[in-house]
Amino acid sequence: MAFLEIEHLKKRYGSVDILKGIDLDLDKSGFLVLVGPSGCGKSTLLNTIAGLETISEGEIRVEGNKINDLHPSKRDIAMVFQSYALYPNMTVAGNIAFGMEMRGVPKPERDKAIAQVAGTLQIGHLLERKPSQLSGGQRQRVAMGRALVRDPKLFLFDEPLSNLDAKLRVDMRVEIKRLHAATGKTIVYVTHDQIEAMTLATKIAVLKDGELQQVGTPAEIYNKPSNLFVADFMGSPAMNLMQAKAAKENGRTVLKLLDAAGGDITLPVPASIASQELAAGRELIFGIRPEAITDKDSADRHSRAIEVVDAHVEVVEPAGADTFVVTRLGGKEVTARMRADADVRPGETIPFAFNLDRAVVFDPQDGRRL
Amino acid sequence: MSAASGQSAAPSGAAVVSRVVIYGLLAIFALIYLVPLFVMLVTSFKTMDEITGGNMLALPQAPTVAPWLRAWGDACVGLTCAGIKGYFWNSIKMVVPAVAISTLLGALNGYVLTKWRFRGHKLVFGLMLFACFIPFQAVLLPMASVLGRLSEFGNVLRDSTGTSLGIGSSTANLVVVHVIYGLGFTTLFFRNYYEAFPNELVRAAMMDGAGFFQIFRRVLLPNSLPIFVVTVIFQFTNIWNDFLFASAYAGTGDVMPMTVALNNVVNTSTGTVEYNVNMAAAMIAALPTLFVYVVAGRYFVRGLMAGAVKG
Repeated sequence: MAFLEIEHLKKRYGSVDILKGIDLDLDKSGFLVLVGPSGCGKSTLLNTIAGLETISEGEIRVEGNKINDLHPSKRDIAMVFQSYALYPNMTVAGNIAFGMEMRGVPKPERDKAIAQVAGTLQIGHLLERKPSQLSGGQRQRVAMGRALVRDPKLFLFDEPLSNLDAKLRVDMRVEIKRLHAATGKTIVYVTHDQIEAMTLATKIAVLKDGELQQVGTPAEIYNKPSNLFVADFMGSPAMNLMQAKAAKENGRTVLKLLDAAGGDITLPVPASIASQELAAGRELIFGIRPEAITDKDSADRHSRAIEVVDAHVEVVEPAGADTFVVTRLGGKEVTARMRADADVRPGETIPFAFNLDRAVVFDPQDGRRL
Repeated sequence: MSAASGQSAAPSGAAVVSRVVIYGLLAIFALIYLVPLFVMLVTSFKTMDEITGGNMLALPQAPTVAPWLRAWGDACVGLTCAGIKGYFWNSIKMVVPAVAISTLLGALNGYVLTKWRFRGHKLVFGLMLFACFIPFQAVLLPMASVLGRLSEFGNVLRDSTGTSLGIGSSTANLVVVHVIYGLGFTTLFFRNYYEAFPNELVRAAMMDGAGFFQIFRRVLLPNSLPIFVVTVIFQFTNIWNDFLFASAYAGTGDVMPMTVALNNVVNTSTGTVEYNVNMAAAMIAALPTLFVYVVAGRYFVRGLMAGAVKG
């Protein structure tokens, strides 16, 4: 039995289905990230777990106990809000202690708990300040402190880093990860940032239009996306997706890609679908991550299937650590990730090394991975 | 940006002229507003001889507070000549509870209409808003009938328990009228203010275990100072200055509020008209609202603007 179980959860507003039957579970000490574009229902899902929104159908269980109909305060769940939601009229200490105060915890115990949490989050010197006197990062810490101090069964984070600037966001991300490792708490975390999802999660659930697209470990989601949406949404730069066609050549199945000049590029079938029979002439979408397309020298030595393809360079984007090289294959822009010092200029035709161990193939009709 | 700063550094002739016109007009209108107040003030400190013999705008030759003391202590209101002090306290006893109750209920209404929405909340708010547009005169008779029932109830209560708890007294009646009439306005103010109040704060308090009234008292109210000030000023001024309800439901005897008493002071015709005493009485009648404005005024504009941008 998993720690948190969500079974066939549906949420309707009038005739609009926001969540269309979600099934999810999470083990104790797990870190589940709900990720998806705006309006996919991820925040609604989080709010239903918190009890801030009612559900139309289904069941939510924590440690086997149904919590559907419990008031938010009775669920033993703490939440960190996107806007931090610190009470402006109270000091930091007052904010952290408010929940305990409402539960009738005596003052000496409250003070002890505040001191302990303040130590963990290094906000001891801020306790007497009002939220308006804090920086964004400090507010974020106080909001986490308010959740931590209650020592709940489950933590919910609703896009907690989206209001911070880029550098602080990275710092706080590390801090949240460290906090999770140190406390072993069970966390459900909502974000639209796929990098946050990849770095923090032990389990990722990708949502779109109120439906789960894929649930799995970050590696599974990244390397074996179950459909085109997940492939495109996760990863930056996005996965290269090219139109291709299955063909028979010398008795074995190959993939044909159209290059910019209108010629064909022939690639062997990737290992991920080698066992499947592809009818000749079948339309396919060939997907490969930018880092699986490199210059010849830096191709992965452990790979069993490197294919070198000559192609025309359209754009070169040096990004510091890497250089992104854009070419055109299968009618689409294709981004390759090369060494920072790769000697490439726009207009040249250079060899691109495709690591087919990392390639995947999708059905263009329903978008599923084959 | 650069053009504007250049202009202010070296003002052109046209700009100077337009400034002069603007400030000139402002000064003229300020004068028009202030002259009556000035006349009232100087007159209230003059003796009757000086008033009848001198210039209306002249400063008092021998300033005296006698007219103020007379207005407060022994001016004649109708047939009794005990000054306006009793009526002043009548008004205070009516205004303070009426303002407090209508403001708190308005805050509660605003809280429910924005943070605890129910089916038909828009209709309810629309109807409350409608209360703002009902003319006083339209409710005079039905309200008199309601207050009559209230007085009967007060009598029954006194007969059975020995005390009516003030129910049915003129002061209590006026409090009831002003609370009911003011609710539309106070609800409107607070609803618009709370509309812009972040829902996440309420949700956070909910998760922290706070109940309906705890959220209201600990989270909403402490963050409502600007709109409180606006509502209190608005309600205080309206209720204090009300004449129609006061004269209709408490128009005679010892129960008159200040406005009605002032009217009677001025209308009392025994011998000469004591302009200085009348002016002093009018100033005394205006002081509480002035006091509220001065004390709370700096929040007034801030509160009026709050929530005006969003929602």
